[in-house]
Amino acid sequence: MPHINVDENLPGIRALMAFSPHTAAPMGILANELLRSNDGLTMAEREMIATHVSYLNDCFYCQHSHGAIAVCYLNGDKELVNQVTTNPDAAPVSDKLKALLSVAASVQKGGKYVTTEQIEHAKNLGASDRDIHDTVLIAAAFCMFNRYVDGLAATTPTDMSSYPLRAQQIADYGYGNHIFTKPQPVLV
Amino acid sequence: MAYIDLPKELPGIRGPMAFRPETAKPLNELAEVLLRDDNNTLTRGERELIATYVSSLNDCFFCQNAHGGIAQHYLQCDMQFIDAIKKDYTAMPISDKLKSLLSIAASVQKGGKYVTAEQIENAKTEGATDKEIHDTVLIAAAFCMFNRYVDGLGTWAPQDREIYVQRGPRRAEEGYIDFDLYK
Repeated sequence: MPHINVDENLPGIRALMAFSPHTAAPMGILANELLRSNDGLTMAEREMIATHVSYLNDCFYCQHSHGAIAVCYLNGDKELVNQVTTNPDAAPVSDKLKALLSVAASVQKGGKYVTTEQIEHAKNLGASDRDIHDTVLIAAAFCMFNRYVDGLAATTPTDMSSYPLRAQQIADYGYGNHIFTKPQPVLV
Repeated sequence: MAYIDLPKELPGIRGPMAFRPETAKPLNELAEVLLRDDNNTLTRGERELIATYVSSLNDCFFCQNAHGGIAQHYLQCDMQFIDAIKKDYTAMPISDKLKSLLSIAASVQKGGKYVTAEQIENAKTEGATDKEIHDTVLIAAAFCMFNRYVDGLGTWAPQDREIYVQRGPRRAEEGYIDFDLYK
């Protein structure tokens, strides 16, 4: 049960955002800027960074929500998203993305865990300053989102078939307050 | 030296904010609503204190001093008071409600799941409302983001702590939106 009185019909962060729409609005804009862009990193790569960090923070709701969104962008490749989430070094993705996932994992522990060597390695593999900036901020932002969700004990749906439905909604319309003002997606 | 090419004259979070204004905007809007909006039963000083405390737990020099300077301004206290809060807030002359919220913030800093039902009950018993608990958790969570953004990109920070104290009143007056990053 959530620590505060929120709408029981809304899952995860959606209930918290509905409780506090004035803070939800900038968080939605931030998510759109960081995750809904193919500039440098693809939307799928950005979501996989978010998913990996959420996995490291042990946030069930966020890792499964963003994992499902990455799956949408990758035409249903659940296996790849699962590999990148749990063991990126062994996953069939570019060395550049692996290097950025390693930076993200350090950010998850704390900003000072990022090393010059990690950054140099990412740059040698073709990561731009913008890619590194976005990776660090995505990882940092999910250290916020994950703590927000679990720190208030937001409701986590156990019906796993509901995650792809919400993921498709984000894939189609992006982030924003519509995720709690509009009816929640249901299987038709 | 920062890990990416940032304007060299800008310390702390200002460099990355100048680098990518599209993300700076919602970050600043979030800070404004959480820390400065007066439609809130926690004072600005209390909210800045929560931000300062979490930043000290995350060992982020820039953030703990920038927000410590702002908290010091609102609370009309000295740097020793802020430092003593960071060291052991339980021994300080602040309300039991604020102590219970700082305890929740410290748990959030470790990870969301560290917050216990007992901590929440204790805060409610001391008079904390749902919104105050919500805002405490989100301030603590947001500073786990801001601190990592600042240190994860290897930004620099002025080492003279008095500089931050002198800047406090200005940020209090101008707020977090529409300020000049270069001033």
